[in-house]
Amino acid sequence: MFASTAIAELSQETLALSKRLFLQLQRRPSTLVAGILQPLIWLVLFGALFAKAPMGLFPGGGSYGKFLGAGVIVFTAFSAALNAGLPVMFDREFGFLNRLLVAPLRSRYSIVLASVLYITSLSLVQSLAIMAAAWGLGYGWPGGTGLLVVLGTLLLLVAAVTALSLALAFALPGHIELIAVIFVANLPLLFASTALAPISYMPGWLGWLASLNPLTFAIEPIRAAYLGQFAFDAVVLEAPYGALTAAQCLLLLLVLSAGLFVSIRPLLSRKLS
Amino acid sequence: MITLEHISKRYGGITALDGISLEVPKGCLYGLLGPNGAGKTTALRILCTLLAPDQGRVVIAGVDALADPRGARQQLGYVAQEVAIDKILSGRELLELQASLYHLSAARARERIAMLTALLGMDEWLDRRCGSYSGGMRRRLDLASGLLHNPAVLVLDEPTVGLDIESRAALWDVLQQLREQGTTILLSSHYLEEVDALADRLAILDRGSVIAEGTPAELKRELGGDRITLRVREFASHDEAQKVQQLVQGLKGVSQVLINRAQGHAINFVIEAEGSEALLQLRQQLDAAEVPVFSLAQSRPSLDDVYLQATGRTLMDAELAAVSSRDPKAEKKQAMR
Repeated sequence: MFASTAIAELSQETLALSKRLFLQLQRRPSTLVAGILQPLIWLVLFGALFAKAPMGLFPGGGSYGKFLGAGVIVFTAFSAALNAGLPVMFDREFGFLNRLLVAPLRSRYSIVLASVLYITSLSLVQSLAIMAAAWGLGYGWPGGTGLLVVLGTLLLLVAAVTALSLALAFALPGHIELIAVIFVANLPLLFASTALAPISYMPGWLGWLASLNPLTFAIEPIRAAYLGQFAFDAVVLEAPYGALTAAQCLLLLLVLSAGLFVSIRPLLSRKLS
Repeated sequence: MITLEHISKRYGGITALDGISLEVPKGCLYGLLGPNGAGKTTALRILCTLLAPDQGRVVIAGVDALADPRGARQQLGYVAQEVAIDKILSGRELLELQASLYHLSAARARERIAMLTALLGMDEWLDRRCGSYSGGMRRRLDLASGLLHNPAVLVLDEPTVGLDIESRAALWDVLQQLREQGTTILLSSHYLEEVDALADRLAILDRGSVIAEGTPAELKRELGGDRITLRVREFASHDEAQKVQQLVQGLKGVSQVLINRAQGHAINFVIEAEGSEALLQLRQQLDAAEVPVFSLAQSRPSLDDVYLQATGRTLMDAELAAVSSRDPKAEKKQAMR
C-alpha cells in the first residue's frame, strides 16, 4: 500500500514536470527544429563534399554518404543530449527550481527523471528525422532488427551524455558557462570520432583518441546495422589497442552511462537536498 | 504553529542570522519587519526548508522541518520574493503543475483552482501565458500557487514590493480573510505601515537578530512618551541640524535626540510627558533656547520609533544604507542551488 502510493506520487510529479518541458517545446519548437537542421546540413554538405570519392574507398563498400549517415545520426542524438542541462540551468538561475524544491516531492530525482525522459524523446525524434532524411538522400535505412540496434545504441549514448550535461548544469555557475562547455565539447568530439572518417585514415594519435571516444562506440554498431552486417560478435572497430566487437562497444556504452549516473549522484543529492 | 529556535546562519564571513527565535501561534498573522539585509529572507528560506541553518531548530505545525522536511513542506505554502514563473505556460497550467507536485488528485486540483480563481479574481487572464502578466497578476498567481494545497502555514516574503496600491489593498484583504479562516501567516516586509495594519504580532529583525517582539500596540506602549519631529527649516543642512540637536539635548524632559537624514535633517526626540500641555512647554523652551521652528509635530510612538529606539536609526535610513551595500551577485548565489 505504502509502496504503491509512493510510486503513484512519483509518477504524478515526474509526468507533470515532463509535461511542462514538452509544452515548452511545443510552444517554442526552435530547439527541435535547430537540432534537426544542423545535422541535416552536415549530412547534405559533407555527403556532397566527398560525393565523387571512388566507390569502395570507405569501409563498407558504398558511397561516402552511406558511411557518413551513421556518424551524423549519432551526432544528432549526442548534440540533443548535450543540451539536456540547459532547462535545468535556467530553472536554477530563475528560481523556478526553488519553487519545485519547496514542494513535498516524493523524490527530488523526479526533476532529473523528467529531464531524462524529455531529452531522450527529443533526441530520438530528431535522430529519426535525420534517419529519414538520410534514407531520402539514398544513404540507406536499417531494416528490421537493424532499427532496434540503432535505437538501442542511441539510448545508451543519450543516457550517458544526459547524465554528464545534468551534472554540468548543477555544477557550473550559470548558463553562459554551460553553453561555453557545450560549444567547446560538441565539434571536437565529432571530429575525434569515426563519424566522418575511418580510423585507418587518421594519424596514430587521432586514431587513439577516436578509439577512446564514446561516440565511436555508438557509431560503429550503428554503421554495421546500416550495412546489414550487424552481429553482436562481429568486429566493428579496429582500434589501436585491439579489435572491438559490436557487443563490446555496446557494453562500454552501458558501463559508461551507468558509471556516470552513479558518479553524479552525490552531486545531485547535494544540490537537491 | 511555527517555531524557530536559536537559528544561526553564516555565509562565508557574514552572519546573516545570529541565533534568532520566533514563536508564531496558530491563526496569527505575524509580521517580520526589518530593513533589507536584516536577514528576513534567510529566515524564511530556512523556514521553508530551502536552506539548512548552521544551528537551531525549526518546527512547523508540529513537524520538525530539519528531521522531516517533506512533512514540513506539506504544511507550508511559500510565496517567494522574486516570482519565478514559466513565461510560456499559462497561469492555469502552472497551477496544475503545482497541484501535481503536491500530489492533489485531478478533481481536487480543479476544485482548488476554481476556488482560488474566484478568490483572487484571476478568471479573465488565467488561461493567458504568464509572460504577459503584470506584476500584480504574477503576485496573485504566486499567492494562488502557495495556497493551492490549502496549507496550514502560509509564508510570504515581501509580498507587496513593487505592487500598485490597488493590488496591495486586494492582497491585504485576501490575507485578512485567510487569517479569519484559521491559516497561520508569516510575512516579511520592510514597510512599517503594512506590518502595522496587518500583523497581530511582529518581530523586528536587524542585522540578523530579533531586537523587539510583541503586538504592535504593546511595542509602542512600552516605549512611552510622545515623539516629536522638529524641523528648523524645510531642508536643513547637517551642520545646522547638529547645532539644534545640541540645543535640544539641553532641554528638560527630553531624550533620544537624533537627526533624521531621511526627513531633511529633521530632529527626532522623545518628551517624557504626554499631551498638548507638554508641547506647549516644549515650545516655550525652544523659544527660550532660540531654536527656529519650521514645523513641530507630535505623535504617539509608531513602529518606526520602536525600530529607532532599538537601533538608533530610522528604518528608512537603514534601508538607504542597505541599498548601497547590497551585493546582487552574492544574493543571487545564495538563492541559487
